[in-house]
Amino acid sequence: MQTALEFQPLRLPEPVQHLRAEVRDFLQSEIAAGTFDPDAPFTDWAVHKAFAKKVAARGWIGMTWPRSYGGQERSFLDRYVVNEEMLIANAPNEVYFTADRQSGPTLIKFASERIKSEVLPKIIAGEACFCIGMSEPNSGSDLFAAKCRASQTDGGWKINGSKIWTTNAHRSDYMIGLFRTSAPTAENRRHGLTSFLVDMKAPGITCNRIDQMSGINDFNEVVFDDVLLPDDQVIGEVDGAWKQATTELAYERSGPERFLETFIALRQLVKVAGPSPDPQLKRAIGRLVADVHALRRMSVSVAGMLEAGREPVAEAAIVKDLGTIWEQELPQRVREATAFLPRDAEAYADFETALHFTMRFAPKLTIQGGTTEILRGVIARGLGLR
Amino acid sequence: METDTIVLASAERLFADVADIQSILAAKDDSWKPRLWGGIEETGLNIAGVPEALGGVGLGLADCLAILKVAGASAVAVPLAETMMAGWMLGAAGLELPAGQVAFGPSAFGDRIKLGDDGLLSGRIERLSFARECGCVALLAEGASGLQVALVDLALADIQAHENLAYEPADTVVFSTVRSMAHAVAPVGFALQTTLLIGAAARAMQTAGALEKLLAVTAEYVTQRRAFERPITKFQAVQHSLAQLAGEVAVSLSAAASAAEALESLTAQGRGFADPELCLEIMSAKIRTAGAAQKGAAIAHQLHGAIGVTREHILHRLTLRVLAWRDDYGNESQWSEYLGDIVCSGGEEALWPLLAIR
Repeated sequence: MQTALEFQPLRLPEPVQHLRAEVRDFLQSEIAAGTFDPDAPFTDWAVHKAFAKKVAARGWIGMTWPRSYGGQERSFLDRYVVNEEMLIANAPNEVYFTADRQSGPTLIKFASERIKSEVLPKIIAGEACFCIGMSEPNSGSDLFAAKCRASQTDGGWKINGSKIWTTNAHRSDYMIGLFRTSAPTAENRRHGLTSFLVDMKAPGITCNRIDQMSGINDFNEVVFDDVLLPDDQVIGEVDGAWKQATTELAYERSGPERFLETFIALRQLVKVAGPSPDPQLKRAIGRLVADVHALRRMSVSVAGMLEAGREPVAEAAIVKDLGTIWEQELPQRVREATAFLPRDAEAYADFETALHFTMRFAPKLTIQGGTTEILRGVIARGLGLR
Repeated sequence: METDTIVLASAERLFADVADIQSILAAKDDSWKPRLWGGIEETGLNIAGVPEALGGVGLGLADCLAILKVAGASAVAVPLAETMMAGWMLGAAGLELPAGQVAFGPSAFGDRIKLGDDGLLSGRIERLSFARECGCVALLAEGASGLQVALVDLALADIQAHENLAYEPADTVVFSTVRSMAHAVAPVGFALQTTLLIGAAARAMQTAGALEKLLAVTAEYVTQRRAFERPITKFQAVQHSLAQLAGEVAVSLSAAASAAEALESLTAQGRGFADPELCLEIMSAKIRTAGAAQKGAAIAHQLHGAIGVTREHILHRLTLRVLAWRDDYGNESQWSEYLGDIVCSGGEEALWPLLAIR
């Protein structure tokens, strides 16, 4: 049983904070130049594409990766602060975000040499957008129920079936997808799934857009009809994808995007509250700030564990569980805090836009990347309960 | 071994030997209390934060707080935290810590202590933990020419006994023109809220330690308990409740450790107690651990069922204490208002830079 949890109070080193200042300067000049609007809920994809090139030029994509593939072998903490500043500024980072966070690291660990030398430099240049093909119409949290098939054919694999809720599939260059290559065995129901790199321009792929209640329209159903993949696009072990996920999940679950997605609601709250609001409003703001600070310190501490080469699986799941529930509640608590504010304040239009937008997309925060229920199972396993 | 590791190890041993929660519950009387305090003085825990030049161990605040985490896990019911903080504050002002148990104030937001040039002191302190069991109190007082650290004999005070949620003394103490035993100008950087901030950091750490123990006790119980012909850990509802408890424990441990590190390193850099970064760290830890106490205690009781609410069970020694500590040295509403004030007066542009500073 493991009930002793330890979170070292990591202080980000000076050079890392210097990098933060650099990123801030860059973002401020981009905002000043009108490249993007930090208060706008939506930004055109063309802006995302142009922005990715600019970030790439600064060397901030794939910055932790090996030099041999164009990376800089910088620390994970460097990546952490770049990510934080991008999130806070609401920067248009969608072209490279997924690839930088998880697809690239997965390729580095498990892909063939040809794929690594061909694809990683494109990611680092801000030219390759990735999507993740996990969920299917009948398999969401239960990943191992995936049915979308990859069957062996001459010199490669043929894919048939469909994936769903695939963010940005319609504008991605690549997908890392999980496909069924064998039936599960009686002893191991996780057996029989294989990861592949899919070229999204390959013949036989159709992306059907699915619009969301938030107005964000990046979901897709991806249909595969006899899509051919060469042999060396298998990522890792055939039938053994279940062995490959652990550390990546800790990176994916403990980052600042797990508690800062709706931060704009808090920033807008402080703006409409003004310098000396009534005590009730001060208390609400103070409590929210106390919460987000505590979450951030825990997330930074987990980043330090990852940097030190540990595998904080349960700790990362805790960050995501507490963080996503908090960021989901945030706009609701902001609404409650401002119930008695006069609505004629000049800042109110931006405030209401932020509040409505965050409330509309907040429900998915505790679903994507591992639901609350799945995370609590992971934590319980870490405690030795299952 | 370093001094801090040696002291921490002896604290752990002492609490296990003399302050075992189950043995204390079974005890017929309070004779364990003087035995525990004797052990504390013998191992020097009371003088952990007193400078070596004044006869103490000379540990920094972060190391003192690490000891309090262990004390929290043992639900130690003597004024160790208070005496330790008193020793640190007196020492910082160049004053000696007397033997015995010493209270530490002001302990509530409304407290005001005035110290005249004539050395006479007046004022009122609320919720002063263990006051009636202590010989004297270390106070931060307002003098004519600035803040003063003073040591005052509690025999000269009018003490109105109050009990906190955990059945411990949380007394109201009134001084009407009494002479201090010793006083000195408060160190540079001290502010009116200094004792509240140090006390808040201590309570946050004690809470984190107690919650960690609560998680261990609860995890063990649900592993052993069977219902519906299986261990109750097989039920997903039970697993998820315990996972939530672990989350509250994790965020408390992280916040309290972060505040302790900030308290030591920022004061070492010469930053004062009004420093926004220091305030954010400590206030956040106090506010968040108080929230965790409430949620964590509820989950631990729910998972234990009826046995957990009995007097014989150790659970209440932990749950009632973490709940009571929420009210000491500023409750979460008061600190939230204080923190909200700092944030609002800084404005929206200053919020993220403040959060990202560490």
